[in-house]
Amino acid sequence: MEPILKTKENQQVLNDLTTPIVKTGRNFKLLMLVLSIVIVFGIFAYYRQLKHGLIVTAMRDYTSWGIYISNFVFFVAVSLVGSLISSILKLANAKWSYPLTRIAEMVAVASIICASIIIIVDMGRPDRFFYVITHARIQSPIIWDVIVIITYLVISILLLLLPLLPDLAICRDQLNGISQWKKRFYKAISLNWKGSPMQQKRLKRASSILEIMVIPVAFAIHTITSWLFATTWRPGWDSTNLGPYFVSGAFMLGAAVIVIAMYFVRRNFHLQAYLTHEHFDKMGKILVMLSLVYLYFNINEYLGPAFKMVGVEGEHVTELFSGKYATLYWFVQIIGLILPIIILLFRRGRKPLIMLLVSFMVLLGAWLKRFLIVIPSLQHPYLPIQDVHESYHHYYPTWEEWAITFATFAGVILMVGLMMKIFPVIPITESINNRSSKIADNDTSNK
Amino acid sequence: MKMQNKRKKSRRKFLQSSGIIGVSTLLGVQTFPLSSCSKKEGSSQTIKVLTPEGKLMEVEANQLQEVHHHKPTSSKESRKGIPGKKFVMVVDLAKCKNARECIKACEAHHNLPPDRPFIKVLKIQDNPQSSPYWMPKKCFQCDNPPCVKVCPVGATFKRSDGIVLIDNQLCIGCRFCMAACPYSARVFNWGKPQPIGNSKHAHYSPETSTPSQVGTVEKCDFCPDLLREGKLPPCITSCPNGVLYFGDANEDAVTNGVDTVRLSKLLKDKAGYRYLEELGTEPNVYYLPPVDRLFPFKE
Repeated sequence: MEPILKTKENQQVLNDLTTPIVKTGRNFKLLMLVLSIVIVFGIFAYYRQLKHGLIVTAMRDYTSWGIYISNFVFFVAVSLVGSLISSILKLANAKWSYPLTRIAEMVAVASIICASIIIIVDMGRPDRFFYVITHARIQSPIIWDVIVIITYLVISILLLLLPLLPDLAICRDQLNGISQWKKRFYKAISLNWKGSPMQQKRLKRASSILEIMVIPVAFAIHTITSWLFATTWRPGWDSTNLGPYFVSGAFMLGAAVIVIAMYFVRRNFHLQAYLTHEHFDKMGKILVMLSLVYLYFNINEYLGPAFKMVGVEGEHVTELFSGKYATLYWFVQIIGLILPIIILLFRRGRKPLIMLLVSFMVLLGAWLKRFLIVIPSLQHPYLPIQDVHESYHHYYPTWEEWAITFATFAGVILMVGLMMKIFPVIPITESINNRSSKIADNDTSNK
Repeated sequence: MKMQNKRKKSRRKFLQSSGIIGVSTLLGVQTFPLSSCSKKEGSSQTIKVLTPEGKLMEVEANQLQEVHHHKPTSSKESRKGIPGKKFVMVVDLAKCKNARECIKACEAHHNLPPDRPFIKVLKIQDNPQSSPYWMPKKCFQCDNPPCVKVCPVGATFKRSDGIVLIDNQLCIGCRFCMAACPYSARVFNWGKPQPIGNSKHAHYSPETSTPSQVGTVEKCDFCPDLLREGKLPPCITSCPNGVLYFGDANEDAVTNGVDTVRLSKLLKDKAGYRYLEELGTEPNVYYLPPVDRLFPFKE
């Protein structure tokens, strides 16, 4: 390890990639402050909810799940990005994707933590949270979800930390001018990494086991989340298509989130040399492919019920296509799905700034789509909604719900931001290795 | 023959228990004004009470203690169900005029706020040509209950007597059961429940569903606390039109408080059906079609 770092070019790489850790700009601090304020506001809203009960939300007996649940589904979907980039692309031998792996894992860990927090926020009795362990009924899909979320969280943290070991050792040995606690932290967390052949071999082995293991768990986490809906008797949820529909939507959303993260990391940390236009172009191609898969499952999800128009199922589809939710529905399908596909099909559409815009469209569409999956179904039970208070007929989230939802977004960004201040956001060791192998390749081709 | 014996027995039981209730009411009435001063020393006042055997006794007033006829059934015991019973309800749609007395009686019994009743009376019109009718709807106490299937902690459960109950001391408030119930039978304590009206609501048992707890789910429970005493649920007895029948499928008898009829014959003769049979939930609430009505539909 040590001699490699001696060359001038490699010293440059080290400098470039550790600057975000050593130096923190004013803008970054400001962002963290704003995010903290949003989170504190969300905590205040939650305090009110704890004090008065879920009555502070707009949820009532018919719309008994609201944006907490749709936001939960959203963040579970975002977390799938980790497995997409650091596992599927890696196993597919897509070497270009290595600078994205760490960003992806950071986003995955942060969003799965936030998803777990949201689901506790949604509980009527958060004080009884541990009953899901002490009184668990394994027959309930919620328990499956608890098990698979914990498993996925553990694997994601390992997938983030294990490949970090060589880089953490570099931080431990090479970084000067960092605070004492950070030094001690690197010393502890680098687990005595020396880069010996045996350590290298073990790390490689452990990483490949994790990379393979995370795929079924990632599929499971979102499939089981879809089963929270598919195992009920509700029109709109009572579908065998729901598992792949959710998983494909999650991969598409994950790719968009990576593009957004990539854009800001590249600009704010001045990493244009590491996250190039080529990366955006390739991520654009992946995003368009995933969007097409999602479009396919979307057609599957709606065509059958819309063709048959059976009873309440038909009413539900009518409500989406031309009723109360039509504006939202068509916004989601056109802005969040069809337009991105069209834009990304062209090479010019895959430039960084346009990609950023398209990814935001996908993100917004994906969030609203989860709203459309959860809420309209609940408002179309088999028996008509009658004989209840007027407020039971509709659902407009209250400020408390919005505050908590924004706080979860802020929480994910804050967590990712802080992780980027501790861990090198782009793998140093791999950057150096790739560089030397490229030089070697050039040498052989020159000869 | 056997069946008749059984019925005789249960009638005797019923009379016995109503006797006990009579005595306890007497006791209750007599002791109530004294209960505040019952701890006073040296009171020489005596009081007359009637024993279950019919003997009149005289007791010193300060020795008297109010006895609850039935302790609230424990959470553990509530999970078992009343042995040998299989409770059913039959709703005669031809008779319902939306008098809403069942709702009021239920509210009083379960100490419910008026905005979230356990019973709803829905206006149903099967197709544009047919006349609308009123459909009282409560929990169907399904034999294949979707709510019980999805509960992550076993807070809602199915008993041997067919009743589906909720233990609100276990409920975590995830509301998965509400999403799963195809009949929208469940209600949730979104805010703080209303204060306890009287002492009968003070001690919690899954069988009484009172007092309510914030952040937990509730629903119609077929009033097993009353069934244990051999009484009918208040919705049945309060209905002025005799719409609701309640009984035991094992005894093959249901009553609306006035008439007692054979369940199997009633369902056969009047073409009884269960709502949304095709969902496979196997409800224990039957409906008799709204035919041959004696009155026109009124809003």
